[in-house]
Amino acid sequence: MERIIFLFVIALLWPLTGSATSSDPSVYKADVDITDKASLQRGARIFVNYCMGCHSASYMRYNRMGDDLGIEESILQSNLMFGTEKSGDTMTIAMQKEDAEKFFGIAAPDLSVIARSRGADWLFTYFMTFYRDDSRPFGVNNLAFKDVAMPHVLWELQGIQKPVFKIIEREDGTQQEVIDHLELETPGLLDSDGYQNTVNDLVNFLVYVGEPAQIQRRNVGVIVILYLLVLLVIVYLLKKEYWKDIH
Amino acid sequence: MSKLINGGVKLLNNTLGWIDDRFPLTKTWNEHLAQYYAPKNFNFWYYFGSLALLVLVIQFVTGIWLTMYYKPSAEHAFASVEYIMRDVEWGWWIRYMHSTGASAFFIVIYLHMFRALLYGSYKRPRELLWLTGMFIYLILMAEAFFGYLLPWGQMSYWGAQVIISLFSAIPFIGPELAEWIRGDYVVSDVTLNRFFSFHVIAVPLVLCGLVGLHIFALHEVGSNNPDGVEIKKYKDANGVPLDGIPFHPYYTVKDIVGVVVFLIFFCLVVFFNPEMGGYFLEHANFIPADPLKTPEHIAPVWYFTPFYAILRAVPDKLGGVIAMGASTLIFMALPWIDRSPVKSIRYRGWKYRTALTMFVISFVVLGWLGMQVATPNVTLASRIFTVIYFLFFLLMPFYTANDTDKPVPDRVT
Repeated sequence: MERIIFLFVIALLWPLTGSATSSDPSVYKADVDITDKASLQRGARIFVNYCMGCHSASYMRYNRMGDDLGIEESILQSNLMFGTEKSGDTMTIAMQKEDAEKFFGIAAPDLSVIARSRGADWLFTYFMTFYRDDSRPFGVNNLAFKDVAMPHVLWELQGIQKPVFKIIEREDGTQQEVIDHLELETPGLLDSDGYQNTVNDLVNFLVYVGEPAQIQRRNVGVIVILYLLVLLVIVYLLKKEYWKDIH
Repeated sequence: MSKLINGGVKLLNNTLGWIDDRFPLTKTWNEHLAQYYAPKNFNFWYYFGSLALLVLVIQFVTGIWLTMYYKPSAEHAFASVEYIMRDVEWGWWIRYMHSTGASAFFIVIYLHMFRALLYGSYKRPRELLWLTGMFIYLILMAEAFFGYLLPWGQMSYWGAQVIISLFSAIPFIGPELAEWIRGDYVVSDVTLNRFFSFHVIAVPLVLCGLVGLHIFALHEVGSNNPDGVEIKKYKDANGVPLDGIPFHPYYTVKDIVGVVVFLIFFCLVVFFNPEMGGYFLEHANFIPADPLKTPEHIAPVWYFTPFYAILRAVPDKLGGVIAMGASTLIFMALPWIDRSPVKSIRYRGWKYRTALTMFVISFVVLGWLGMQVATPNVTLASRIFTVIYFLFFLLMPFYTANDTDKPVPDRVT
């Protein structure tokens, strides 16, 4: 009986093992590896060139990024820093919030922790599923983020996708036209694989920016756990020694 | 050399004697550790008391350091947390210890409370021990609630908004009361400041006092044990319980093993999975609080979800608030509604065993339901399990009075 109750308590913890975002509609899976510095560097380049026109990462410092990604100060200054001279500055932008609201209807959100709120797979899917929609102000819509205010900034790399529709029957018998999949209409500079790799680099970079300490965190963690395991042996033997006369 | 050592020991003894003449140092040490006799048959479930104390210390120490860098203002709170995560040396570690510690606290406390249900630890003569423990639990919930607003993310903000608005369901004074709690018409900078004050001073102070009372009460009546027999019934010539062993050194060395095992699990989360898949740190809380944008799905952190499910299960708002309040307070009645002559589950009959099993299932399922979007099916299931949850308590006087209990041994086994 005690065993059974114990199992129930373990069952009490089961939701902790899964993910809380059960209704995650992401169809693409990002291949995140923040120890891949080359990928992070490519991602940083995409980020400062394409995203930082409108989006800031205002909790992230340039020099921290340079240190973590193995980018020399001179290269950092000449290739990645366009808005400031000081490498200790955070990655802010010049666009005013009021202007952004006029341009897009909504200010572009800061992307410092976007990977932590949206998740890497969602971001990957978002970058993959822009499609032509002439009813939208910028001519594009998105499968992951319906009626998004953002234009498809990476269109010159990916090209333009168009939706392919299909008819489904609803439960009440009526028919509805839904998007089945997206099809490349106008090719971009990159082929499909090349674009996916680029998106993956960008997502990888955003995951890094979301928590720059995560590599350090895991490295320290390994040492901490090893230490505790050794300590466990010692304190267990100590306990056994003290308890040998208790029956 | 030996002369030197003897001299040193003598000096120490003299110092101790000097202190003991003025302050009960040795007496306190003996009463609470070296000559506090605990049953020798503690099992797995008896680690969680000392672990709760450990987590309390972790929360205090990390909390003090977080307070050095955190800014309790609506404008700067979110940014200051990211500042701690990025620019403060080891700030990420302190913050994850604290956020993981919050969830760990509830895991440990729930297991600690479940132990009491298993072995009847709330029964006579430990009613006050149980009540002080229940007050600790309630105060801990308040502490967690106040603290959750501080990161000033979307879930912080809207979670607080939802919970405070529950007070507005109270007849006559409700809306004014909610406004008085918030200090504003909506959750705002004012609310954040007072929650910060409660989280770092008022509630921890009460918590400390209650923990002291809890331990005093425990050491007066003595610990229960998995057999649910009183070890004080059989004592040797010196008045030492035959089945008791001094807490120090036996249980101090044993609890240290528990501490290290706990820390291994704790550190696995802190260093490798601090978000715990969105259960310890919710994804939506990485979006800064926005009073103009309500999130699609507001769910409290996992440790509140059973009660949140009960709240949502009742169609009437005031009724839901009452049911939710009752679901936490009803634990306090346990010493008086449990009429079984037997304490431990080992000697209880099938009725209590079945009832406890059903209760644990309903608690876990309600916890899961409280995280889901409220669809008609979720609401129906919540209602069914809410009824089971309450029946465990309401029927207890009946099923414990004539259970098929087994004979209890005189001494621990």
